[in-house]
Amino acid sequence: MHELSLMEALRDLALQQAEAEGAVRIAVMTLRVGSLAGVEIEALRFAFAAVMADTIAAAAVLRIEVVPAVCRCGGCGRRFAALDGVCECPSCGAISRELLQGRELQLTSLEIA
Amino acid sequence: MCSHCSCGVAEVPRELPQEVSSASPPAPAPLPRTLAVTTSLLQRNDELAAVNRQRFAAAGVRVVNLLSSPGSGKTALLEQLAGRLQRRGDVAMAVVVGDLATDNDARRLAATGTPAVQITTGQACHLEAAMVQRAVDELEARGQPLSELALLVIENVGNLVCPAAYDLGEGLRLVLLSVTEGEDKPLKYPAMFHSADVVLIAKSDLAEVVGFDRAAARAAVARVAPHARLLEVSARSGDGMEALLELLL
Ligand SMILES: Nc1nc2c(ncn2[C@@H]2O[C@H](COP(=O)(O)OP(=O)(O)OP(=O)(O)O)[C@@H](O)[C@H]2O)c(=O)[nH]1
Ligand SMILES: [Mg+2]
Ligand SMILES: [Zn+2]
Ligand SMILES: [Zn+2]
Ligand SMILES: [Zn+2]
Repeated sequence: MHELSLMEALRDLALQQAEAEGAVRIAVMTLRVGSLAGVEIEALRFAFAAVMADTIAAAAVLRIEVVPAVCRCGGCGRRFAALDGVCECPSCGAISRELLQGRELQLTSLEIA
Repeated sequence: MCSHCSCGVAEVPRELPQEVSSASPPAPAPLPRTLAVTTSLLQRNDELAAVNRQRFAAAGVRVVNLLSSPGSGKTALLEQLAGRLQRRGDVAMAVVVGDLATDNDARRLAATGTPAVQITTGQACHLEAAMVQRAVDELEARGQPLSELALLVIENVGNLVCPAAYDLGEGLRLVLLSVTEGEDKPLKYPAMFHSADVVLIAKSDLAEVVGFDRAAARAAVARVAPHARLLEVSARSGDGMEALLELLL
């Protein structure tokens, strides 16, 4: 149910921003979600619909950009995709944990009217 | 109606009310527009975690976030730890423990003489910084000031997924993997193990019985948590507990 509390946080953030702009309606919300953020996209969508009901975002569309995990090698500095969450460098074989991206849970934009 | 002939035509008054120039024009329909915002959904939690961290630093207490799957032995480990600390007598520990329901774990810990506050999360499968803040308030309200503690352990809800994303303000993340749950757990839950400062292989007394492949488990931990300290412990036999204490204090 972690997705539900994340969507509640999204609702509070989005309504606050939109109301500060005098919006009467939120049409689209765009999120960036890292592939290692530990959330299920389907569960996010399900929770989204539930928490936005009866707000100015009730009819809003949820757009999700998935951010693939990328590591930087602690040995040679190369950047590479870490699809399974393991930062094993394809060049030198070193294993590190410097994750440059892949944990995002961000609201990036709102389309309001 | 016309007052002259009753013809039904509305009479137009000679003087029409004039538009007052100061009246605001009707609001135009708002134009659709896009706001760039870029805010973390965890922002509020992160802010509260920072508040907790400052509070813990000011009190001089070491705070550990203890994480594992359900039933890996978090509470049993803390019961062992509590017994040892009481025998030493010089280190005060308290525990905050999160579960979806019941206060069984807090009662188990209280039975060892350890101040323990239960957080029942209901729906939430993880602890958040705000819950820890309230639990610490309660601990202090019960007469256990933080500043008199050396160690505060937060036993998180048994779950290897979402607690990884929630900073509680801790100084140390301890992730526990028991020998009965499969050597490849770290590879299945990389985000959790990435965030670990210490990985404990728990229930080591059962390793032989379940045919635990120690080398495979160590290799799996090394792949996702190459920076983490690795220790084997048993809450049943007490093996490894002194090494763990050394590391915590
Ligand atoms: N043999 C053996 N059993 C253990 C050990 N540690 C815990 N157990 C057993 O494992 C079961 C679960 O232990 P708990 O300490 O309740 O586990 P937990 O991680 O706190 O569980 P949740 O809080 O429900 O997630 C209990 O039956 C314990 O007796 C150990 O070191 N050795
Ligand atoms: Mg427990
Ligand atoms: Zn969850
Ligand atoms: Zn490299
Ligand atoms: Zn959760």
